Amino acid sequence: MLFWAIRPDKALAVLFVSKDYLLEMLCILPPVLILCGLFDAWVPKRTVERLMGEASGIKGTSIAFVLGTVAMGPLYAAFPIGKSLLDKGASLYNVAAFLCVWAAIKIPMVLFEIKFLGAEFALLRLALTVPAILFIAALLNTFRMNTSRIQ
Amino acid sequence: MFIAVIWGVAGLGLVLSWAKNRGNTRKALQFFRRAFLSLAPSIVAIIWTIGFILTFLPSEFVLGAIGRNAGIMGVVIAAVFGSIVLIPAFIAFPLAASFLRQGADVRAIAAFVTTLVMVGALTVPLEMKFFGRRFTLLRNSISFVMALVIAFVMGEVLR
Repeated sequence: MLFWAIRPDKALAVLFVSKDYLLEMLCILPPVLILCGLFDAWVPKRTVERLMGEASGIKGTSIAFVLGTVAMGPLYAAFPIGKSLLDKGASLYNVAAFLCVWAAIKIPMVLFEIKFLGAEFALLRLALTVPAILFIAALLNTFRMNTSRIQ
Repeated sequence: MFIAVIWGVAGLGLVLSWAKNRGNTRKALQFFRRAFLSLAPSIVAIIWTIGFILTFLPSEFVLGAIGRNAGIMGVVIAAVFGSIVLIPAFIAFPLAASFLRQGADVRAIAAFVTTLVMVGALTVPLEMKFFGRRFTLLRNSISFVMALVIAFVMGEVLR
């Protein structure tokens, strides 16, 4: 408000830039949170544990990749989903992978990147991003293990 | 399109859930209310900050500063810039493409695009609320380093 008084022209520009982001939030966040709530109330813990828990192996990680790829929306919409999964017994490795995939890999986004930056650039970046995500998830998982052992 | 689908699925889910078990549905709605009220203020603050950054620090200016001669520092600056701002892909990719054509360093562009999606400095406080300080700081800092690794590998391959 104070800012508005000092530079009304710039304040309008800020509002203009923010408008699309606010709209995006109002469009995506409510249904995502409703689905999280339904997930929380209906899906039994042992189902998630079986599909994405510590013992789920490559299947659980694949599910994390598919979930992250097909969903759209800003990263902050993935936080409540990842948290719900974690609370229901999904492994930290899979939740970390889910978050990173949600952030980095989207099919429409890859197509868009190919169109603008070229197939070579986009596909090489994608090919490097997948192992990077697995590495990040593994590292996060290891750090967590260490702390729980120390405490 | 996606927005219509997700609203549809959420609405249908609520109706089915209500028909089957009202107690569980109330639980779900309570979850929604609690989560929305705790998330919305932080997100509005984040959006406001993005508005400020994008208004006062135009992407053209920053990406212009990371031309072919900027070297490794240029790549790091691009990665830092990508970590801070949140730009939708449909704006970021055309912008990145125009700078590539004007001779920007391919490593800098790769670093920018990768940190743009994977590192979110502005959403760190929000991420901490869900996953704790340790997880959040580690995820973002490791992602930042990996983005630099990806950028340098791409620089070698695409030279």
